[in-house]
Amino acid sequence: MSASRTRWATLCFAALAAAACGRAPGTGAEPAPRPSGASVTELDALYRARTDSARRRFTEADVHFVTGMIGHHAQALVMAGLAPTHGASPSVATLCARIINAQNDEIARMQQWLRDRGQPVPEVRITGTTLMVHGPEHLMHMPGMLTPEQMRELDEARGPDFDRLFLTYMIQHHRGAVTMVRDLFGTDGAAQGDVLFKIASDIQVDQTTEIARMERMLEAPPAPR
Amino acid sequence: MTFTAPGSRPAFPLLALAAGLLGLSGCAATTTQAAAPAPAPVVTGAVPGPDSRVGLRAGLWDAQEAVWNLRVVSKTPPAPAFVGVMNSDLAFTGTYAIQGNFNGMQVWDISNPSRPALAVGYVCPASQSDVSVYRNLLFVSGEDFGARLDCGTQGVQEAVSPERLRGIRIFDISDIRHPKNVGNVQTCRGSHTHTLVEDPNDRENVYIYVSGSSPVRPAEELAGCSRALPDEDPNSALFRIEVIRVPLAHPEQAAIVSSPRIFAGLIAPPTHGAAPEDRAALERAKARGAFILDFGEEHYVLPDRYAAGMLDSLVKVRAGSGAPTAADSATLRERFAAMAAEMTAQRANAPRLGPTQCHDITVYPAIGLAGGACEGYGLLLDLSDPAHPTRIGAVSDSNFSYWHSATLNNDGTKILFSDEWGGGGGPKCRASDPRAWGADAIFTIENREMRFRSYYKLSAPQTSLENCVAHNGSLIPIPGRDVMVQAWYQGGISVFDWTDAANPVEIAYHDRGPVDSTEMQMGGSWSVYWYNGLLVSSEIARGLDIFELTPSAALSQNEIDAAKSVKLDYLNAQGQPRFVWPPTFALARAYVDQLERSHGLAADRIAAVRRELTDAERASGPARSGKLTALAGQLAGGGGTVTMLADAIRELAAAR
Repeated sequence: MSASRTRWATLCFAALAAAACGRAPGTGAEPAPRPSGASVTELDALYRARTDSARRRFTEADVHFVTGMIGHHAQALVMAGLAPTHGASPSVATLCARIINAQNDEIARMQQWLRDRGQPVPEVRITGTTLMVHGPEHLMHMPGMLTPEQMRELDEARGPDFDRLFLTYMIQHHRGAVTMVRDLFGTDGAAQGDVLFKIASDIQVDQTTEIARMERMLEAPPAPR
Repeated sequence: MTFTAPGSRPAFPLLALAAGLLGLSGCAATTTQAAAPAPAPVVTGAVPGPDSRVGLRAGLWDAQEAVWNLRVVSKTPPAPAFVGVMNSDLAFTGTYAIQGNFNGMQVWDISNPSRPALAVGYVCPASQSDVSVYRNLLFVSGEDFGARLDCGTQGVQEAVSPERLRGIRIFDISDIRHPKNVGNVQTCRGSHTHTLVEDPNDRENVYIYVSGSSPVRPAEELAGCSRALPDEDPNSALFRIEVIRVPLAHPEQAAIVSSPRIFAGLIAPPTHGAAPEDRAALERAKARGAFILDFGEEHYVLPDRYAAGMLDSLVKVRAGSGAPTAADSATLRERFAAMAAEMTAQRANAPRLGPTQCHDITVYPAIGLAGGACEGYGLLLDLSDPAHPTRIGAVSDSNFSYWHSATLNNDGTKILFSDEWGGGGGPKCRASDPRAWGADAIFTIENREMRFRSYYKLSAPQTSLENCVAHNGSLIPIPGRDVMVQAWYQGGISVFDWTDAANPVEIAYHDRGPVDSTEMQMGGSWSVYWYNGLLVSSEIARGLDIFELTPSAALSQNEIDAAKSVKLDYLNAQGQPRFVWPPTFALARAYVDQLERSHGLAADRIAAVRRELTDAERASGPARSGKLTALAGQLAGGGGTVTMLADAIRELAAAR
């Protein structure tokens, strides 16, 4: 539908991004010695020109991937956010805390990637298990996303049941992300820029590693922390 | 609840996933663990407080800096062709430092370290362009989709292309100012990093272990590449490393000779055992009668409120009423025991895949061991046959996100693994990030088994504008101690002592403010290595930094001088050389300083030994030898550092 192609940009994660924007610089310092060779001004101009030029190198497939992955990550935040109230075992709680930390940071990286390229930035809001993503993508159609029924089932589980269901569904969810990366990398001209190549590679590697870890945890709850 | 777009844009389909009645939002649940208590330092020299690394002003070329127990020798920006493109890893040969860059590589002549001179900037784009060197050969990693066989800068747009290079480039650097591309080895997953391995028994070949972490390329691009699971396709590119043999006389004939599946059979989830606080928590749970699922080495404590719920349902099942009885508790415990047994049995039967690749493998050919940092595992490998490394041990750690690299200590009795949590692009050193995450894990090696001892993480909290996590470093040859320098991206560099594996302690650092004051830009030290008396750091955005150690309470001038007496002809940090100290007075005095610091000898003995050494140094020929031999005799049988001192003096006596 045509409306879904219209885009708008807005800053999201107000609470999470605050730290990234509000940091005061240090005070009263000696400037570093001037680098040898080119003047600082020349180096600076070169740096800006080259990083700007790198930012212009992206494709529609890249934007589609990043936009979708923000929504995909957001659902992981919802799932992991249940741990403290659903009787997760300490090891699953630790895993959830790590997922929240990691995926919040990656969402911020991906939002910056879109912002730097003048692209609409999806807004994510989470209230309880209600996830709202404003954006052009059809969130439910991304690989690995939990259906509303699955999310309800997870929300109703407690203790060891929650652990088992969380691990099962997060493995499904992570596998979807890995599929998204694979699709991106299989597209002509995609992921040519270093920043996106790194983001996508990191997602693939981290989530593949985490899938293996969760498979182990499913078989036996690891030691309490 | 819906959001309205700014302006009057149409509303978008709003997705609402299963609404619950929970008060806690995912965003608010960014829980972090309490920081582990800081270990007590075993050497003096605790970081001065308040930490001067906190609150540094941002700047690309003029960021504020904090430095402690180091001297900044030089800071050299990249050559113009490499400005604004990421610098990566370093290798060293002779007086040259070779610095990888996503645009190629820069060769720096560091014979005058206060003024590094660019010998050549060679444009040949590829990520990560990690480099290693052996005699006249230079090896460079390529993994991204835009790297070209012809080193062109135009990239490769097609998903399948014969122009693409993913693997290892080989250069002849007989004339280092004019590198010549003499061969390339294409691999299925490209080369994220690689490790150069020398075979002590084979002087005609060297080996390259390729670590590829990006996806398997299509078979249409490189014949034989398969991403199927090994049980579907025994030639799968997954679950293996690739070993390239490079004939030194014919580097153009370099080729893959084996693909060892060093992960095969990694079925039992190896762990390094519960941390002391975990064990204490379990004991407390047992003491209060909590319900515990017992899997032998692993335990699961049922939270009390769920136990209460389960007991209540048992009461209902027997159609009873009131509080659960002791019989109900016994029933629940029996069920738990049955459940544990069933799950243990399932676990024994379940097929599992384990890691598919290693990020880094650090080899130490002199002792025939290697450390593999492989996704969720740290591996100890036997290198007796370099073409076919085999696994002899494995550890995992629930605090470790991604095992990134390994460093062995000089005598091969300890190994340190780092966790590149977040891939290096995330700000993982904030005050809120747990100290055990994105850190180093230190193990002792006893009877070829790894035993967990402690974590080490940069102590100075960094901002969310600074990508920061444990990254590459190397040992510094301080005799008698395990001291290492490590890069933490925008956390700067940290020098720390891990002689006491249970209590690592920082002894020097350098840090800058963020690259940018408004948003995170990649920067910081990618790697820092000790090379012939210098600490050379590859700064991702800012160029090449060179430092020297300065004496402090934790490190004496004699120890620094002894370290500087160790000379290397070349260095690839993932191929650890064994440090051997030539006999010098500095070496002997370094041990004396250590004995003074540790109170290993009485103060009057320390003073006497120092006098004798000064006396001997003033003498020459047989007189010197005689004095030294006598002194060594007095120290014989002292044990520990005293023995090392006696040996050093005896070698000095024999030296000409």
